[in-house]
Amino acid sequence: MESKSKDKQMILRVQNLKKYFPIRRGFFQKIAGWVKAVDDVSFEIEQGKTLGLVGESGCGKTTVARLILKLLEPDNGKIIFRGIDIGELTEKEMKPLRKKIQIVFQDPFGSLNPRMTTGLSIEEGLRILGIKRGKKRKERLEKLLKMVGMSPESADRYPHEFSGGQRQRICIARALSVDPSLVVCDEPISALDVSIQAQIINLLKDLQDRLGLSYLFISHDLNVVSYLCSTISVMYKGQIMESAPAEELFENPRHPYTLSLISAIPDPAPGLRRKIEILEPDLSDSLITSKGCRFQGRCPMEEPRCLEEEISFEKVGEKHFVRCWKAAKK
Amino acid sequence: MNKKEKGFNKNFQLETPLAPKRTRLQEFWRLFRQNRLAILGLFIFILFFCCAIVGLFMTSGPDPLLDPAMIRLQEKLRPPLAKPNLDSLRREEIPYLGFYLMGTDDLGRDVFARMLQGAWVSLTVGFVAVGISVLIGIFMGGIAGYFGQHHIRVDHVLVTLVLISGAALVTANFIRSGAALLCLTPAYIFYFIWSQNRSGKKTLPLWAKVFRKNAVSIDTLIMRIVDIMLCFPSFFLILTVVALLPASIYNIMIVIGLTSWMGATRFVRAEFLSLREQDFVAAVKTLGAGNFRIIFRHMMPNAMAPVLVSATIGIATAILTEAGLSFLGFGVPPPHATWGNILSDGKNFIFDAPWLTFIPGIAILIVVLSFNLFGEGLRDVLNPKLRERH
Repeated sequence: MESKSKDKQMILRVQNLKKYFPIRRGFFQKIAGWVKAVDDVSFEIEQGKTLGLVGESGCGKTTVARLILKLLEPDNGKIIFRGIDIGELTEKEMKPLRKKIQIVFQDPFGSLNPRMTTGLSIEEGLRILGIKRGKKRKERLEKLLKMVGMSPESADRYPHEFSGGQRQRICIARALSVDPSLVVCDEPISALDVSIQAQIINLLKDLQDRLGLSYLFISHDLNVVSYLCSTISVMYKGQIMESAPAEELFENPRHPYTLSLISAIPDPAPGLRRKIEILEPDLSDSLITSKGCRFQGRCPMEEPRCLEEEISFEKVGEKHFVRCWKAAKK
Repeated sequence: MNKKEKGFNKNFQLETPLAPKRTRLQEFWRLFRQNRLAILGLFIFILFFCCAIVGLFMTSGPDPLLDPAMIRLQEKLRPPLAKPNLDSLRREEIPYLGFYLMGTDDLGRDVFARMLQGAWVSLTVGFVAVGISVLIGIFMGGIAGYFGQHHIRVDHVLVTLVLISGAALVTANFIRSGAALLCLTPAYIFYFIWSQNRSGKKTLPLWAKVFRKNAVSIDTLIMRIVDIMLCFPSFFLILTVVALLPASIYNIMIVIGLTSWMGATRFVRAEFLSLREQDFVAAVKTLGAGNFRIIFRHMMPNAMAPVLVSATIGIATAILTEAGLSFLGFGVPPPHATWGNILSDGKNFIFDAPWLTFIPGIAILIVVLSFNLFGEGLRDVLNPKLRERH
């Protein structure tokens, strides 16, 4: 009973999600090992809120996004969207749910069909789902374009005529065309100029207020995430290292990786020099052969125990979890 | 809601792209125009096209204006621009133009009329053969590129083998044993459906598991077939096939088409492999589009550029192949003129009547060259990476 009411409040719950990719070698393509791209990832997104997923490149953020959208099949774990485990659904059963989860990609140049006018691209979702016809569809298209700050005349232009920021807005309009309730933003601003980044972030925020959207916001920039998100999860090598409400994470970071990430944010007042924790470069391939903590080799407070044991995800405060036994003890 | 919307819009200035409005076609033409040789190629191609169509109407029908089969033995081997000897000809034997524009051959036939008739043959052979090869290429390449990661199982292979051998036995008049083999496959399929319904997927017996093992991926299968086809020297393959088939222009087109689809297959597969990973395809997938829509609406238009280029150059190759076959006497049967057999007839008189070899030879050269130039111009425009080098 309790879990049901929880499901209603939570638009998305991911539990122990796993995705391993095989490494094939040799003439017979024998499996030589596994890349643990996503290993035991759990998080929740509340209705109308934003979860920030932060981590360095190659840590599995995009794989998580693709799993949630069912562009990839999970190996293990559950993806519960409004009480339905979409990990188990077949393509056919998934189809009515497709429109509820949409994505905005990182690269605004590759995410629009170069041979279609933007109008056609945005309308594509409506056409696939059979939503509205003829004149009504045109009206909806105009409304969507205005919603993202583009003029209705841009509907019959081709993507190559737009700038990166404008294309990203068109991508947002396409995602919104089918009235989704969850939008996965896969680094939507990291390919844009800083001035345009702010525009897109404000647009996303406005849309959230207006339409009650929930976001999974993936980024490698803690600063941006702190502005937009209510909860932040820090990911490293396929695992979530620390997860906390945004303020709590910045005021009281526990995991050494989070600490170093926060200390790396450039300071707006350069007079106040803080100590910056610079991490050793990562030379291990512990993504493949993992035993013990994933952060081993780079952690400033490493101990023999870290290399041996599987580290569990422990609660250290209200909605604050950390995957480090030392930090949890403090 | 409405009130909120107005307030929302105030914060934003609606943006339109600054670039001048130009369709892709206009952009394409602007770039293409800069390549003079390609324009020349296009011009000759259009000229050739018009000649072939006009030629078809002037040389066919019950009473053609220019009769390519009209034999005037008293007027043989006249040079180009020669006036006919009006005294020795009947009225209907006088050429329509009043003189022999390209001379006459060893039977006194008007070479101009024969060239016009041959132009239509070359045009249709080029287009139909390439059309066939491109269609096969798109089909095979599309399957290999899009569904390539799926596997063919051992039982698929076995069922196909059994079916083929069954059909072979039936055609070889062992009707009973053949029919038994043919019945075996539906029985096998029904058994599997039945056993799956009953017990689920996991409890298959051991022998069935061996049958269900993956044999090869579809991609591997198709690409190895392509490799095998490329192993044959295609001209000799065509010669062999043409020797077995009755000589006709349609057989030549089909045979040339069936032996030249491999390039298009490779191009389409390569394009599909890269397009499949593009974000816009993923975005359409998350909107819930089916495979059919993704392939034909989103991937195919983006994959066509290299196919178009290879098709243009392929037309030139097909025209050459047809001319070569006709020259060797394996092509279109004799009363009908083609550039290849005009050339072949003329080679015996190369010193007495050089125009008989030079005129078709130069025509082939110009047409093939123009297609190649046009094709390369297309490639430069459609491939932005090559464009920057100029």
